[in-house]
Order: sequence, then structure tokens, then C-alpha cells
Amino acid sequence: MAKKPPASEVEASGHDEVVDPGTAVERSSAPHNPGLAPEHQRVTDLDEKEAKGMERRIAGFFLLSVIGSVFAAVAYVVFPIIPGDMSSVRMNNLMVGLGLSAALLGVGIGAVQWAKALMHGHELVEERHPTRGSDEARQVAVETFQQANKESGFTRRSLVRNTLVGALVAAPIPAVVLFRDLAPAEDPIALMKETMWAEGVRLTRDPSGIPIKASEVTIGSAFHVVPDGWKDLEHGKLEAKAKAAVLLMRLPVDELREDPAKAGWSYQGIVAYSKICTHVGCPVALYEQQTHHLLCPCHQSEFDVANHCEVIFGPAARPLPQLPITIDAEGYLVAQSDFTEPVGPSFWERQL
Amino acid sequence: MSTTLESTPQAEVGRGMRFTNWAANYVDERTSASTAVKALGRKIFPDHWSFMLGEVALYSFIVLLISGTFLTFYFDPSMAHVPYEGSYLPLKGIEMSMAYHTALDLSFDIRGGLLMRQVHHWSALLFVAAIVLHMLRVFFTGAFRKPRELNWIVGFLLFVLAMALGFTGYSLPDDLLSGNGLRIIDGMIKAFPVVGVWMSYLFFGDEFPGMEVIPRLYVLHIMLLPAITIATLAIHMVLLVVNKHTQFAGPGRTNDNVVGSPVMPVFAAKAGGFFFLVFGVIMVIASLFTINPIWNYGPYDPSPVSAGTQPDWYIGFADGALRLVPPGWEFVLFGYTFAMTILVPTVVLIVFILAIAVYPFFEAWVTGDKREHHIAERPRNAPTRTAIGAVGIVFYAVLWAAASSDLIATHFKLTIEGVINTLQVLLIVGPILAFIITKRTCLALQRKDREIALHGYESGRIVRLPGGEYVEVHEQLDEYERWRLLDYNDYEPLTVRPNDEGRITVGTRLRAGVSRWFFEDRVLPIEAKELESAGKH
Repeated sequence: MAKKPPASEVEASGHDEVVDPGTAVERSSAPHNPGLAPEHQRVTDLDEKEAKGMERRIAGFFLLSVIGSVFAAVAYVVFPIIPGDMSSVRMNNLMVGLGLSAALLGVGIGAVQWAKALMHGHELVEERHPTRGSDEARQVAVETFQQANKESGFTRRSLVRNTLVGALVAAPIPAVVLFRDLAPAEDPIALMKETMWAEGVRLTRDPSGIPIKASEVTIGSAFHVVPDGWKDLEHGKLEAKAKAAVLLMRLPVDELREDPAKAGWSYQGIVAYSKICTHVGCPVALYEQQTHHLLCPCHQSEFDVANHCEVIFGPAARPLPQLPITIDAEGYLVAQSDFTEPVGPSFWERQL
Repeated sequence: MSTTLESTPQAEVGRGMRFTNWAANYVDERTSASTAVKALGRKIFPDHWSFMLGEVALYSFIVLLISGTFLTFYFDPSMAHVPYEGSYLPLKGIEMSMAYHTALDLSFDIRGGLLMRQVHHWSALLFVAAIVLHMLRVFFTGAFRKPRELNWIVGFLLFVLAMALGFTGYSLPDDLLSGNGLRIIDGMIKAFPVVGVWMSYLFFGDEFPGMEVIPRLYVLHIMLLPAITIATLAIHMVLLVVNKHTQFAGPGRTNDNVVGSPVMPVFAAKAGGFFFLVFGVIMVIASLFTINPIWNYGPYDPSPVSAGTQPDWYIGFADGALRLVPPGWEFVLFGYTFAMTILVPTVVLIVFILAIAVYPFFEAWVTGDKREHHIAERPRNAPTRTAIGAVGIVFYAVLWAAASSDLIATHFKLTIEGVINTLQVLLIVGPILAFIITKRTCLALQRKDREIALHGYESGRIVRLPGGEYVEVHEQLDEYERWRLLDYNDYEPLTVRPNDEGRITVGTRLRAGVSRWFFEDRVLPIEAKELESAGKH
């Protein structure tokens, strides 16, 4: 508002207030608004018989609504849900729903039709006023604030004011602290770096908990695996599974290109990888036997099992962590240790 | 009582009216309700089909409140595990949370329960869709300009709240599908620098999934978020009344008036009837079409997942953004992990959403226009704005399509990699093309309008002149029709001028540059003189 716009660009908006139109172009000879078009006469305006007919039709819709309401109430009783019978659920849903639909649509169509065909249909004009308050009101508002300031000494007694601001700023601090016990006292970062797997823990089927012998894992097969003991957990089953879920697959030994650092982590072509995607944690559940690729169905990250689960496509940034396995004396597959890195999605303290 | 009644002009009083009058007087003497009726009763609302989009949003929200209240009577958000004992046989005896159990009971053991669940879910989808369409209408007609910028922000908050309500509600049944949705949220939160793990830990009340998250989401979903939404809606409505509705250009319509129907009776009847129509249509859909068949998914378990998982449509763009990230976007610095694969799409989405919020202020800065605007513009008459809107739509649409990349691949027999790579390219190229095509189309349409306003439209009637020449007769528009084409705002690029101190600031240069980009290509509006001279031949 510092510079005054040239007079030609200024428009008085019904007020004495001068409003800057910016870079708007003022037409030198703007065309003239022709004013309201002549009223369109509806057929119901012209013909009383048509209007009467319309009245009956509208009443018909309202009656339909009454019938719909009654029908819905009756259907509630007449179409009960019979336990175990899916078609009775469907029937109840359909009949009560259609009754209610007729009840609602009847009112809606009737009311809108009434407004459109029978109610006074002429366009009316209302003046707009600038949104800003009148100069008088603004003056009073300013004076009110000044008066309040004078009477309270809000700006004069700056010590009181500043300490009040300080008090209000400090007030939410306890609220922040109060939320700490949303979760237990443990350190979550430590929890995220350990799972149920440990040396000698057997690999068992999910969800039956039956241990798996190496001889049962044929080439091309895949097992959904949880650690032995998971099934009998009293608490925290889902939390444990969300970290410990493993996919077990057997590949022909000559097709498996193992990381030299992880040599000895597999057993005769049997490999175990975390099932939790390193992207955002969905289960990587789709295994393609022929290509040995794993696909996460959530965001389509692809991992190459033959090549130590390297990411070959999609948003994941890291290979799936491998669980080192071997067999015990009875021939059952067991873990050599826990995972050597945190499973699942990346987090800030992951590498610490 | 009698004094007021006698001094008020009365129609002939029938038997029924006596009670009405008594009651009206009773209420008014205790509330001064007549003042409100005087102020609002004959308020004028303009009519246009696109103005009903906001109404659809409002009404579907009311439907959500009604159906949602019904659901709360039966739903128990507890995550305590129980064996299933309801009447759906395939899940008999399976361990599940109380939340999932009661959601199944609502579907299979309570009459009308499935109906209300479906009404609730369908109206939630409609709610967000109507809000988005309403926002697009407001955007493309420039109805966000002064004095409505603040109401745009309020509406934007409603849009964000609607998505939050949708997501919190979607997660409540604790089924496999929504549980995987929460797992994704968990993964995204954990990626946040410094605070990620702690935020996830506090939010879930334990390691994922914990026993707390569904009850917490429930409180947010049925209390906190609806309360904020209702308050925000109230502000939205009050500002609507204060600002009065925009109207499209037309004969008799000016920037200083509103032409339409009065609240009582026509607008009230139409709007009230329309509420029943919206509710009725939702009811028809809920009676006929299944949505979110949670019984097919099973209870949440972190290990299984079904192929082709999809979020509700309005979360799709966020899911799609995650999918389009190329492999390997992560690095470690000083031992800290930067999960760019999550952070980049998150930041892009936040910037995108905030760009929507601040657009009105950006355009006001470019035009420098401080006047009030009450005439809703036709999109073609603001080519650059319309093109920017098209950029937003295409960008959003590509992200949205990406959320279905696997389904696109399976349905059209394409490779997943091919679909993703194509969408990655489209995410960059699509908006650029959209901008150019939309802007050119708008300018072409403006030229066409100009032609029609000056010379009429082609009538299809070929006439042979006495000299043997064939011409097509052009019919003139009547002056009312023509006015719709004539009445619009036009801006020219900002000319760089030194300020009072004789300097040209960087800000001015920047504004001039943007202004040139906005308004350099423009079709001149018609002057009265042109109309006269065009009318002569």
C-alpha cells in the first residue's frame, strides 16, 4: 500500500476505500451488462392442470418414502439373519437397504421436484457489500483495543505481560512429558535389534509350530517359518512374529551365489531370509520358484534369493537380512544365531 | 405474548397457525430468533451444478456421523485376543482381536449392521471424493481469491482432516489388509531422522503392532478428529455466509450482487432434498455393493499378506509415491541411517499438499490484485492457473495409478517393472505436457469465445449469394448469452518499474518474471467498440 496506483488503475468498490487492482487491465470501453434475462416460464407456471399433476407426482414420491420406511422395518423382521447362512445376511442387507433407499430417495426427489417445479421460480437479487467492516466499526474496534490496553496496562506493564507469556509457553511442558508412558519404559532401539532367534532354535512352520527337517525341504519349495517356542508365547506373539518371521527356500546348490562373508550360513542350498521387507515392513510373501525372486506385494520390491537377496527392483534399499542356519543332531533345521543385523525397515539408529 | 402478536402483521389465522404463531413467539421472546430469520431467511444463493459438490461433502459427513454412531454401539476396539465365536463359519475358532471380532459381528450377527458398515465406508469414500472435487471446482473457478483465501485454508484443513478420519477409521477393524496399512505407516514413521523409532514406539504403545494402537485410533476417529472437523466445518459455513457465495458471470450478475433463490423456501427445499438424495444414493450403493469384505482378509498377522493389496482410494497417492522410488536410496552418515527411500516421497507429498494450501496467496502476489472477486471464473479465462491445476491433477493421478501398479500389470498383462518405469517417467513428463496442452487449449477456447461473441456461431446453413458465392450463415448470440462470454478479468504482465528509491528490487524482478510467465500469452477481452463494429456487417 506504499505506492499509490495510478488513477486509471484504481477502482472504487462502492466505498471510499481505494483498492489496488494489481496488474488487472481496465478495459477502455467495457461491454455493457444487459441485466437479468426475461423470466423463463415453466410449464407449471402456465398451466394450472400441469401444476396439479406435478403436485400429485410429488405427493406420490413422499408416499413412496412412507412405504419404503415401513418396508425397511418389516424387512428387518421378515429377513432375519440365520447364523451361518451367508445368503440370509445378504438378503437382510439388501431388503432393509432398499427399503431405506426408497424412504430417503422419496423425500429427496419429492422435495427437489417441489422446489424446481412448483415453488416461486424467479431469480432474486441481493446486493453484496464489501467484506471489510465499515470505517465506523473499525474505528470502534481500534478504540476498544486501545481502551482495553489502557485499562489493563498490557503494553505499559511489560513485566507482567512478559512473565505471562513465559508462563503460557511453559504450560505445555508437562503435557509433553505426560505422553512418555504411552509405551513401556524399555529402550525401543535395543528391542529392534534383537529377535527370538538364537543359537540352536529350531525353524518351525507358521502357524502349526512343527519343526522342519532339512530332508523335507525339496528343491523349489518355500516354507513360512517362525522360531520354535513362538506358538507357546503367552504375550507379545504378534510383536515377536513381526520381527522373527522367516522364509525358507531351497535352491539348487550351483545356482546359489553366496556372499563369501556369509559362507556356511546355508545348508545344502537351503537358505533362510527375514520375511519382513526392508522397505516399510510388509511381509515379502511372493516367491517365484523359477527365477528365485521374492516380491513384496505392498510396494513391489524384488529380491534375488540366488544372489543373497539383493534388491533388483523397487523402492527397498537393502537386501533382506539372512538368518544363518544349520541342522541339529536329529536333522532339524536350526538357527546358528540371531540375525546379525536389525530386520525390517530402516531407522535412524540402525547402524549404531 | 399478546402484545407482540397484535403488533405483528398476520395472515388469516387458521386453526393450525395459532399454535405455530404461539410457538414462534415463545421461542423468539427467549432467543430473538427472528433476527436470525430476518438476516438469513431470504439470503440469496446462486445456482449451479458445481456448487453442489461441497454440499455432497457436507451431507456425506452427516451420513458418516449417523452411521458411525450406530457402529460404535457394537464395536469394541480392544486388541485383546479371543477365539472367534460368531456365525461366520470359515473363521470359527481362529484367534483374533476383539476389534476384528466385533467388526465381524457387525457384519454377520447384527441385522442392518453390515448395511451400516457399508453405508459408513461408502460415504467415507464419497466424503473425500466430494471434498476433492469441491476443491477442484473452487480452484479452477478462482473462487479462492479475495476475500475467500482464509476459507480456502479452512477447507484445506477439512481435506486433511477427512483423510485422517478415513485412515484412522480404515485401520479400526484390525483385519489383515488394514493391519498391513498400519505396518506401512510404522515403517514410514521409523524412517524419520532422530525421533522415528521413538514416535513409532509411543504411537503403537510397544513394538509394532502392540496392544494399544486400535483403541488409540478409535479415540481419534470417533472423538477428537470428528470434533475438530465439526468445528472447522462450522467456521467454513460461517465464512461462506459472511463472504456470500460466488456466482458465474451471467446477465444481471455483477461483482456487487448475488442472483439466485432465497434460502426460504427454494434453496432450503433443494438443499434439504439434496441431503436425502445423497443419503439415498449412498444407501442404494450400500445395499447392492459389498465394500471392504474384512472376513475375506482374516485377522491381522504380521506374516501373511494378500497380493494386490490396495489402500482406500484417497491414500493411494501416498502409497504410489512410495512405490515410484528407485532402488538403493539410502545412505549412512556418522553411523546414522538416512532412509531417503521414505523421506523423499514424504517430503514431496508434504510440499505438494502445502502447495495446494498456499496457492491463493501465490496468485494474489503475482497479480497484485487487492479487489474482492465474487464472479467465479471459467477455467479457460485463467489459462495459466488452469494449466497449473492440470499439473497438480496429473501429478496426483500418476501417484495414484502407481498405487495400483501391480493390478495394472496383472490386468493388462504387463511387467511390473515396465509399469513402474513408465509411471516414473510420466511423473516428470506428464505434468509438463499437461501444462502446455492445458494452457494452449484454454487460449484456443478463449479465441473461440471471442470469435463467437463477435461474429456468432456457425449455424450449419449454407446460403448461395446472388453472385454465386456460397457462405455459411453465422447466427448471432442474444445479448444475454453473449454477456457470459464477455464478462471476465484480464491481467497483463507486470512491468518492472523502479521503486520510490529508484531501485529495482530482486523481489520485483522475480514477481515480474512470474507475472510474465502467467500473463504473457493472453487473448484480449472484447471491447464495446469491437462489438459495435462487428455488429455492422
